[in-house]
Amino acid sequence: MTDEIAIEFVDVTKNYGAAVAVDSISLSIAKGEMVTFLGPSGCGKTTSLRLIAGLELPTSGIVRIAGRDVSQRAASERNVGMVFQSYALFPHMNVLENVAYGPMIRGEAKATARARATEILEQIGLKGLSERLPSELSGGQQQRVAVARAIVQQPDVLLFDEPLSNVDAKLRRKVRGEIRDLQKRFGLTAVYVTHDQEEALAVSDRIVVMQAGKIAQIGTPRDLYERPASPFVADFIGDANLISGQVSKGRFVSADLDLPLAGADGQAQISLRPERIGLTPGDAGPVGTVRSCTYLGSRWEFEIETGFAELLASRPMTEAPIAPGTRVSLNIPDTAPIRVA
Amino acid sequence: MTPDEIRASRAAREKLAWLVLLALAVLVLPWHQSLPTGSTPLFPSALGLAAEGRGWLWPVVLALPLLVWAGFRDASSRLFLNIVLAGFAILVLQGFAVGLRGPAFDVLATVFPAAAQGQTGFGWGGFVAGLAFLGLIAHSLALRGFCRGDRFSATAVVFIVALLGLFVFFPILKLSMAAFVGPDGELAFGPFIGRVLAPEIWRLDCLTGGRRCGVVINSLMLGILAATISTALGLALALIVARTSFRFKQTLRALSILPIITPPFVVGVAIIVLFGRTGLLTQFGADVFDVRPTRWVYGLTGILMAQVLAFTPITFLVLLGTVEAINPTLEEASQTLGAGPVKTFFKITWPLLRPGIAAAFLLAFIESLADFGNPIVLGGGYEVLSTRIFFAVAGARYDLGHAATLAMLLLSLTLIAFWLQSRWLGRKSYVTVTGKSDAGLASTLPFGLKGVAWAVVIPFVIFTLGVYAVVLVGGFVHDIGRWDLTPTIAHLRTAFAFEVGTAGFEFYGSAWNSMKTTLLVSAIAAPLTTAVGIMTAWLVARQDFAGKNAFEFGTMLSFAIPGTVVGVSYVAAFNVPPVDITGTAAILVICFVFRNMPVGMRAGLAAFAQIDRSMEEASQTMGAGGGVTLRRIVLPLVKPAVFTALVYSFVTAMTAVSAVIFLVSARHNMATAYIMGRVEAGEYALAITYSTVLMIVMIVCIVLIQLLVGARKLGRRREFQGQITPAE
Ligand SMILES: Nc1ncnc2c1ncn2[C@@H]1O[C@H](COP(=O)(O)OP(=O)(O)OP(=O)(O)O)[C@@H](O)[C@H]1O
Ligand SMILES: [Mg+2]
Repeated sequence: MTDEIAIEFVDVTKNYGAAVAVDSISLSIAKGEMVTFLGPSGCGKTTSLRLIAGLELPTSGIVRIAGRDVSQRAASERNVGMVFQSYALFPHMNVLENVAYGPMIRGEAKATARARATEILEQIGLKGLSERLPSELSGGQQQRVAVARAIVQQPDVLLFDEPLSNVDAKLRRKVRGEIRDLQKRFGLTAVYVTHDQEEALAVSDRIVVMQAGKIAQIGTPRDLYERPASPFVADFIGDANLISGQVSKGRFVSADLDLPLAGADGQAQISLRPERIGLTPGDAGPVGTVRSCTYLGSRWEFEIETGFAELLASRPMTEAPIAPGTRVSLNIPDTAPIRVA
Repeated sequence: MTPDEIRASRAAREKLAWLVLLALAVLVLPWHQSLPTGSTPLFPSALGLAAEGRGWLWPVVLALPLLVWAGFRDASSRLFLNIVLAGFAILVLQGFAVGLRGPAFDVLATVFPAAAQGQTGFGWGGFVAGLAFLGLIAHSLALRGFCRGDRFSATAVVFIVALLGLFVFFPILKLSMAAFVGPDGELAFGPFIGRVLAPEIWRLDCLTGGRRCGVVINSLMLGILAATISTALGLALALIVARTSFRFKQTLRALSILPIITPPFVVGVAIIVLFGRTGLLTQFGADVFDVRPTRWVYGLTGILMAQVLAFTPITFLVLLGTVEAINPTLEEASQTLGAGPVKTFFKITWPLLRPGIAAAFLLAFIESLADFGNPIVLGGGYEVLSTRIFFAVAGARYDLGHAATLAMLLLSLTLIAFWLQSRWLGRKSYVTVTGKSDAGLASTLPFGLKGVAWAVVIPFVIFTLGVYAVVLVGGFVHDIGRWDLTPTIAHLRTAFAFEVGTAGFEFYGSAWNSMKTTLLVSAIAAPLTTAVGIMTAWLVARQDFAGKNAFEFGTMLSFAIPGTVVGVSYVAAFNVPPVDITGTAAILVICFVFRNMPVGMRAGLAAFAQIDRSMEEASQTMGAGGGVTLRRIVLPLVKPAVFTALVYSFVTAMTAVSAVIFLVSARHNMATAYIMGRVEAGEYALAITYSTVLMIVMIVCIVLIQLLVGARKLGRRREFQGQITPAE
């Protein structure tokens, strides 16, 4: 990773008629970085990606790729590769023709283009399939052809729009690992769109969390998980218990909950991760009643009624289950609460 | 080269190409078709004419250096765009401001004395300059983000809008202006009001048993009757095909394209041969039943017979689609609930059929209003709007004002019918020919209804067979009208005699000329029509640009205009400068392209709806502009639509009559116009022969087109047909 900027948005807005899909976004992505756009449905992830690709032009603002202003430039005149959700392989061309299409369009001789395509196909593990039509490939193979096609011309940026939504759950983990490897191996700058937070955490250098057309927070996966800047982010990345209360003299108080917390006095909201809440049957400290106890294979998940909120807590499967109705005392480490508001 | 340099050099090359074209147009090419009287410039380009004293051309000429200067600074600047727009506007305005007989405004004559001599229509220079200006407008707009920055798409949008403006809206505008022109060419409302309210248009006398009715009443009566009868027949046929164990379903479907390739007039002629005063059946009636032969078939009855024959296949296809789309389980459900077949039919089936019936009715009604060929052959004294319009400009007393007024009336009626159709049925109503469910067994018709259906259909089928028998046989026997069935090729010889002499083929036949023009014009028009239609569909389906809705509406509107109206509007618009192209073959091609383009467009729209647009987007991100994407990705996937559009536009061009009859000239005569001449002269056998030959040529051409377009479908990729969404 270098400090060179590959993609830059300056106050980019995209309207569809009266609807605002992307609302005055600014961000920059470094060369060689893999950044994920994450957010709920309709928050503007795909639109942001298409703005980079040039498949949409911004209503206002500037888009720069590799230092050049490309705001009004057509997709065909930017150097981007894109992997579509449906893969969008050309059904009337075989695998080799699909991959060689880009280099040929950009003016390379047919033989050179084919050689390049063959080389990429080999590197990506599709040797021997080049004569097949897309309809004669499995879903995972099609996906790899789509990736090969996108990287064959060494794009300034590689874009993925939910590339795994057509891959079955089991394969997903493997393929996302492959994508990440490939991105590192070729030193590509990549932007990845997903609404699956686990996927985002797994593949990204940085994550851009979006909410209603705006950026809610940008940060590394750890930043976002451990230091969410808003209740929305805390809730969206992983599970979170959001608790409202008062801060005074460095302590956060809500009903019988009393924790150390830095920051200004007054109204506050904290986020507590379920796995940071220890449970012991008893009556000491903040207490609650177990409402349900669910077995999830690797862990137990509890719903707990307390004086300040309905809490979600999870304990490793190695601990003993606790029967619903049991009164428990909550052990919350001082480092667990994160102030989000 | 880096992609960035490639891009920059491509854009620069295109800009340069447009500028060179503009330079060519204003500096070198002859600006006018023929020099205006009194003009003797050193060279006949815009520059030469301007230097000679035709100073109103200076802005157009000077736009060139300005554009070169501004273009090399920054073609995406507002300044550049403004200069091109101004240049184009002046180009158009000067064309109208200085007409053939001098300037439209007196000021111009004072500023430029030469304007008093007037100017002729645009020649190569004028047209190419317009083209170059439009190209530069599109170029600049694309650089400013129009059409997502894609220069090909921007150019396509700008050109298609300009062409639609020039060849669809401008003629209609000219026509409506012509309707408001008084006897001395002045603008006036009085004559228009007079013409619109004239009793010869609205008279209802025929209903009260008096003389004839007005033309509008005649047209409406004919339209309603023809639509009612052909809808009833179409329904009966559809019910029989879909709801009885009728075995010749496919045959019937195939036969229903017959009227489309049947040249106009030939059905009319066949009806005359059968039912005219000396007709076969009339004579038979006279001989056997002692019925006095009359001219009863001329008039409403005859036209009605011909139209019903022509429109029933259309209503049949629409209604067959509707009937097949009705889910039989609904009817089964009704029957299991205890309703008898009759009750089920009227309570369940009938309400579901109603939208289809309305669609079929309106379609036939609109066709009937626009029909020109049958009324002119079989009308006798029964005048309808389309024939009246024709005689107003083709007859001895040329009266464009009158024709224009009638054309506006006809256009209004048609638009009302279209409006009703879209209001009742929504947009989808035009394409109801597909869609069906194979689930379950279609319930059968109630017995009584089946009887009625057969009773209606059998006479119709016999009548159709009779007519086509006459067509098939008539051209190759001595005189079918007198039942002289000695085989002969005399008629064929008259029309198509040729000899292989020392100088190669020598064509003697009287029909060769029109045949060659027809083939040539159709062969040029068909691919152009298809290209414009599919391209327009692509722009509407895939591109995003300001004013897209208006664009789509405009293209569809051009379909709604009846041929006769298009014909007069072209006469009104293109007989005078600045676009003076009547009498050329180009105007025939143009007329076909813009009349038939909406069909290609619909075929295209239907096809594009089935193709995932991300394939095109993928192509674009891989570096292909709109043009390459269209050619390499889109077209291979929409081949069936291309085929449909090609065949349709070719066949319609071969058989069209209503618009071209106004536009043919001695030099460029079309087959249909020639046939009409033969019919008017009473040479029925010759007309029939020529029509038969035309039909054969069309069938051969359709097969050829299929081979040409469909060839790549064969072989290895066969199994992949039909799957045009990306594999998942
Ligand atoms: N072509 C369009 N016309 C009008 N509105 C659009 C268009 N494309 C997107 N939108 C709107 O813009 C907003 C953002 O859309 P976008 O596709 O970027 O969402 P997304 O974050 O990708 O959602 P998802 O996770 O469901 O794919 C949505 O409200 C959407 O309805
Ligand atoms: Mg999306």
